[in-house]
Amino acid sequence: MRRLLSGNEAVARGAYEARVRLAAGYPGTPSTEILETVAKEHRSIYSQWSPNEKVAFEVGIGASLGGGRALVTMKHVGLNVAADPFMTFAYTGVNAGFVVISADDPEMHSSQNEQDNRFFAKFAQIPFLEPSDSQESKDFTIKAFELSEKFDTPVMLRMTTRISHSKGIVEEGEPVTLPESGFKRDMQKYVMIPSNAKKRHVVVTERLEKLKRFSEETDLNVIENNGSSIGIITGGIAYQYAKDVIPEADYFKIGFGFPLPIEKIRKFVATHKTNLIIEELEPYYEEQLRAAGINVDGKKYFSRLGELSPYRVAQGLKEAGVIEDVRGAEIPPEELFPRPPILCPGCPHRGAFMALKKLGVAVTGDIGCYTLSVLPPLEMMDTCICMGASIGNAIGMEKVRGHKRGVVAVIGDSTFLHSGITGLLDAVYNKSNVTVIILDNRVTAMTGGQQHPATGHTLMGEKTREVNFVELAKALGVESVREVDPYDYDGLLKVIKEEIERPGPSVVITNRACVLMPKRIMDKPYVVISEECNGCSACFRIGCPAIMPSKELTKHNQPKAIIDPVLCTGCSLCAQVCQPEAIVLAPEPAGVK
Amino acid sequence: MMENKTTNILIVGVGGQGVLLASELLSETAMQAGFDVKKSEVHGMSQRGGVVTSHIKYARKVYSPIIPYGQTDILISFEQAEALRAVDWLKKEGLAVVSRTRLVPPIATGKKFHYPDDPVADLKKRFGRVIDIDADAIARELGDSRLVNTLLLGVVSKSLEFELSLWETVIRSLVKAKFVDINLKAFARGRELSGNGKK
Repeated sequence: MRRLLSGNEAVARGAYEARVRLAAGYPGTPSTEILETVAKEHRSIYSQWSPNEKVAFEVGIGASLGGGRALVTMKHVGLNVAADPFMTFAYTGVNAGFVVISADDPEMHSSQNEQDNRFFAKFAQIPFLEPSDSQESKDFTIKAFELSEKFDTPVMLRMTTRISHSKGIVEEGEPVTLPESGFKRDMQKYVMIPSNAKKRHVVVTERLEKLKRFSEETDLNVIENNGSSIGIITGGIAYQYAKDVIPEADYFKIGFGFPLPIEKIRKFVATHKTNLIIEELEPYYEEQLRAAGINVDGKKYFSRLGELSPYRVAQGLKEAGVIEDVRGAEIPPEELFPRPPILCPGCPHRGAFMALKKLGVAVTGDIGCYTLSVLPPLEMMDTCICMGASIGNAIGMEKVRGHKRGVVAVIGDSTFLHSGITGLLDAVYNKSNVTVIILDNRVTAMTGGQQHPATGHTLMGEKTREVNFVELAKALGVESVREVDPYDYDGLLKVIKEEIERPGPSVVITNRACVLMPKRIMDKPYVVISEECNGCSACFRIGCPAIMPSKELTKHNQPKAIIDPVLCTGCSLCAQVCQPEAIVLAPEPAGVK
Repeated sequence: MMENKTTNILIVGVGGQGVLLASELLSETAMQAGFDVKKSEVHGMSQRGGVVTSHIKYARKVYSPIIPYGQTDILISFEQAEALRAVDWLKKEGLAVVSRTRLVPPIATGKKFHYPDDPVADLKKRFGRVIDIDADAIARELGDSRLVNTLLLGVVSKSLEFELSLWETVIRSLVKAKFVDINLKAFARGRELSGNGKK
């Protein structure tokens, strides 16, 4: 059957056709939909969210060694978390096939950096495959499992946002037939004490030579000969952009990206008058080709920053003198107000940041929806490094600045379970005077509402134990742990203030569920009594998308506020900050279902 | 029989408005009509009230999933100022179908940024073919503000080569059963409205 699938859905389909037995991961844009699709459509595969990528990777290793094909999914920065088992699993090799997805995010649509994880495969000396559309996402997933078993190695499938989230037509096939395999005890291979690891490092090096020969032969690396004097070396999404701009050129399309087919490329380059490397982000191909003595230009014309596009590829080709015109109009960008993402109407995180703003403390932040509090009008987050960093950052900051100046770490429920627990343990152990606010909204909200160990449900929909944050924090040794309602502004302010002033580490847990999960929570909306509104703009400053300026002005020419009744969830925070008490509950639900 | 002319359609709006379902219906229809189709959008942070864009391209063979600047045949905008933000992508002779929905973000309530007074008028100054409709009000009349999706698609469908019956089949297969009838009604209403604003 032919279906329109996103790259992520196609990987899930590929896993099904490759008879994967276990799939594990941690949600992260742009990788999240792979496991969601597996859990929804391919129930023959056991799937789970793990608390973090390192655990997911280790679960995948266990499945592979136990004899079942394993898929492990994560975004690019997730592989940093899993780097420890990743690097060593390259030494032991697999039993049943093992594929790790690295979904990179060029242009940082939803990420804190744009690292190019092709280097990670090279670093670990394992092969990676790079699809350029949905069909290849499926085909390469299946191929990656075959190669994993053939060469006894974990294989990386490197996706990017544009591949993960674009849809294209995919021809679906039947699941493959696999021989039975089980766990085979082999301590020399799987127990990486130094004496064994030394021997395995030799195997890794020998394997690399075999992979080099394979790379020269495989049809994953394709030459498209159109009889042109222009040769383009490219791969991934960059191939598609280039095909749009200069379809008549000859192509060397790289699908198997490590180790590179150096000799095959050398021959290709020799038969063309002009050769160019078009690759997104880092000069990964370029550096290796140049190191092999193949001097082909690439990054000279195509930026290493952000995503490429047909337009940027055309610009580069024009600069290189390969095409005359940049097709597509060159219009100066429209001067328009920005529309950054923002905390949802009724978001339970809003109250905490309003309180922190009032207190004027330093706020170390973390990865999640609440990171949006850094944007106007709240502007109340001072650091954001990586998952779980907020607590460690706060500890260090408090040690050098002193307790009296106030440092608060904010961290979401899913992020706290991902890698915040150890940070809190550090705070207790090293006698830090930090206050940690766990913004518990009962779900992994940023990526669209995934389950985690405190939601009470697994990815496959089964009921399970819920972590109790109060008990957990106490068990780690925190003496002061308090739960507060983030919709009660004055109460929240009082508790945070007390905890900041208290010596020793303390934890404040906010206890309202995400407004979007499990389904949109609607209450009676609030309205502005226009005659009472004095245009003071206090309600605008809480950054709620439901509150907008009216066209009606006060006598001082200030716009009055209006509230969109469809967006308002009735959280009441705006009413709590409105001095003239102009914001009140709507007399009856208007347009609310 | 099919020439390799690419049709480029850009759908824009604000997170939460339903841009993604509209683009799903459109690309599925193009595939079932026998075209190669690619569709590209960005998820994640942009879902939190930020700008959402979905590129849809169909032809005999499609490579890049992104539309180049100035190459959009049809722009569908769920919000009036967002149409203005997307003008770099629109062909001079392209068609813009714009909902008059006005969503002023908190950032434009301060001193620094201003929401344009009349985005639709600005758009009409630059492009000949603009259909602007009060999609929210019509959708509410029809019974649900979420019908803006199929309503706008209905308007656009008159300018595309797909059979009405194919559209209806796709709506039946992708929309939840209990909302099918009301969505078909919104789609039909959109087709009636497609006459307004054309040259």
